[in-house]
Formats: sequence, structure tokens, C-alpha cells
Amino acid sequence: MSAVTAPRSEKKPRPGGTLYRGYTGMWSWVLHRITGVAIFFFLLVHILDTALVRVSPEAYNAIMSSYKTPLMGLGEIALVGAIVFHALNGLRIILVDFWSKGVKYQRAMFWVVLGLWVVLMAGFLPRQIINIVLEVNGQ
Amino acid sequence: MATAVAEQTAVPEVQAFTVTLIIRRFLPEVDEEARWESFDVEVYSTDRILDALHRIKWDQDGSLSFRRSCAHGICGSDAMRINGRNRLACKTLIKDLDISQPIYVEAIKGLPLEKDLIVDMEPFFAAYREVKPFLIANSEPEAGKERRQTIEDRERFDDTTKCILCAACTTSCPVFWTDGQYFGPAAIVNAHRFIFDSRDDAGDVRLDILNDKEGVWRCRTTFNCTDACPRGIQVTQAIADVKQAVLRGRA
Repeated sequence: MSAVTAPRSEKKPRPGGTLYRGYTGMWSWVLHRITGVAIFFFLLVHILDTALVRVSPEAYNAIMSSYKTPLMGLGEIALVGAIVFHALNGLRIILVDFWSKGVKYQRAMFWVVLGLWVVLMAGFLPRQIINIVLEVNGQ
Repeated sequence: MATAVAEQTAVPEVQAFTVTLIIRRFLPEVDEEARWESFDVEVYSTDRILDALHRIKWDQDGSLSFRRSCAHGICGSDAMRINGRNRLACKTLIKDLDISQPIYVEAIKGLPLEKDLIVDMEPFFAAYREVKPFLIANSEPEAGKERRQTIEDRERFDDTTKCILCAACTTSCPVFWTDGQYFGPAAIVNAHRFIFDSRDDAGDVRLDILNDKEGVWRCRTTFNCTDACPRGIQVTQAIADVKQAVLRGRA
């Protein structure tokens, strides 16, 4: 009855309203945005560090070797994961827009995107983890 | 034997249970900003969210404000966010929700909050008016006759005739929340209803209106509108149809 009574749930409702729950369509769009912005910033840094080779090859080599740390190895996993999702979901969006049955199968296509993402990451992860372990062991 | 007969003929008792509704309240005379208030309500398994709101308003707190008119899913007055998704209160059975948890009820998002569950619908209707949602025909029908249309031609826009202008779709759209200038799904649905009507002659005018930065191209196909529509309209499909028509330059 009163506003003071604690709700049965432990979660406190947000004063600004609850987060819209949506379905796969909305969350795939959110992920697409997040990965898109993340990839943009990666590309920005990537262009800058590659441009260093014009400044001096030594500076370029120094930067490149500073990337060969376990932490950066984990970052590469996140980067590959983001790019693979963004690429596959981008194809899904193209199909939604230009394939006459795309809208009908958008949810099924999202699960296909996730499935392909898992398969591709499963191919990439073992090799990358071996590299990280080698770096940790200082080789 | 007698008891068995009595059991068979007895009307099955409608099950009653208590649910907690947590409602996002806003009384403009009192509140600086919206706050959550929880109510325990005894309801029946046949009750809808609208019945629970009535019970609160009639028995517990008369200041609770919400819109409703027909209470049967036709007038489109009581769209609200129920457990984080846009629904009509009169079409949402409480027993279909997870009643072990409190049920969150709040106003639809993206339109100015007036009071409790009531929002200012004017921006929504302004976008609706802008797409000219009425028949524009350059020719007169045969004397004493109506304008004729084949079954196939009628089929093309059948889905979008179902709209009740409840705003559940438009206020479920992430683009509309952040960009109030976007026409929104409902306006595009109602443009679709006339763009693809063979009796109408102003399809190109409407396509021109929607071929805009704030028109169909703002749609990011999140499908929230399709999921939210209480009439089951394939809203994202309708927007896709209009996009294709703009690209082709004709309906």
C-alpha cells in the first residue's frame, strides 16, 4: 500500500523507469551499436600506430612489441569477438532490409548469427590462448 | 455417487490470489519526479492488469490515474509498460505474468509524462497527422457506387488497417526515445495503409514525406514495435514495405 513497504523482490526499481526488456531484435541492435563503436575506436588507434612506420620504423617496432602482452592478448579476443559479431549481424541486417522474407526470419537469423559466432570463436580461441600462455611464460 | 454428480455440475471456482503491483507514480502537484509505489491486490485468475488498476483506484488509492475507455482492446487508451514491455492493460491477463514476483507498471516511454500512467499523446498524433492518414482520390466513383477494389489489392494493406493508435509501438522504439522527431512506427503504419491502397492517389506524396532523415530511414529494425503491437500488426514488415516503395519510387 505505502511507498515505504519494501517490495517482495530484492531488486530496487530504478527511479527513472525500468529498462525496456525487448526481445532478441532489440538486444542484437544494442550489441551491434556497442561493437560498432568499439571497432571504430580500435580502427582509430590502429591507423595511428600503423602510421608510426612513416615516422620511424623503430617507434613502430617499439609500439608493436608493447602489444605482445597477455593483457593485449585478452583484448584481441574481445576485438575478434566484436568484429565477428558485427560482421555476421551486419549480414543479418542486410537480409532483413533486402530479402523479402528477411523480416519473417529475423529471429531465426539472430540465432544463426550467435551459432556461427560460437563456432568461429571456438576455432580462434585455442590458438590465441596458447599464444597468451606462451607470452605469460615469457617466450 | 451424489457427491460425484455434485462435483461435476459445480461451476469451477475462479481462483483468487494476491499480487503486488509496483506502479510508477507521478502527481504533478506533489511530486518533483516520478516515484515507485507498491500495492497488494487480491485478483482472480480471470483478471487483467486493468482490473487490478481499477481495484487499486476504487478500494485503495483514488488518486491513481490512468486512461482506459472500452477495456476490450479496441479503443487503444490503456497502453502502458508492464514488466518492461509495452502492453494494453486490458489485454494482459495477470495469471500469464510471473505472479511470484511483483508486477511493474509504468507509463509508456518517450512521450511527456503528465500524471501517473498518463502521457501527453500530442507529439504522437502530430506525427500521425503529418502522413495524411485519409483517402485522397483524384477521381469520382461511378454514380451511386463505391470505389471498387480487387481482393488482392485489398489484401496488400489489410494488416495495417488494424491499428488502434495506442502508441505501444512508437513508444517501444529506441530510436523514438532519443529522437522525438522520428515519425515513429504508428505514423508509418498508417501511411502504409493508404500508400498501398489502390483507391488512393497520394501514395507518392506520402512516400515523399517519409523519404526523410526522420522518416523510414530512421528505423533500425529492432522489432520492438512488432513485439509490442497488441493487434499483432507486423509493424517492422510494414516499415520495410514503405522503405522498398521509396527505393522503387512507387507503391
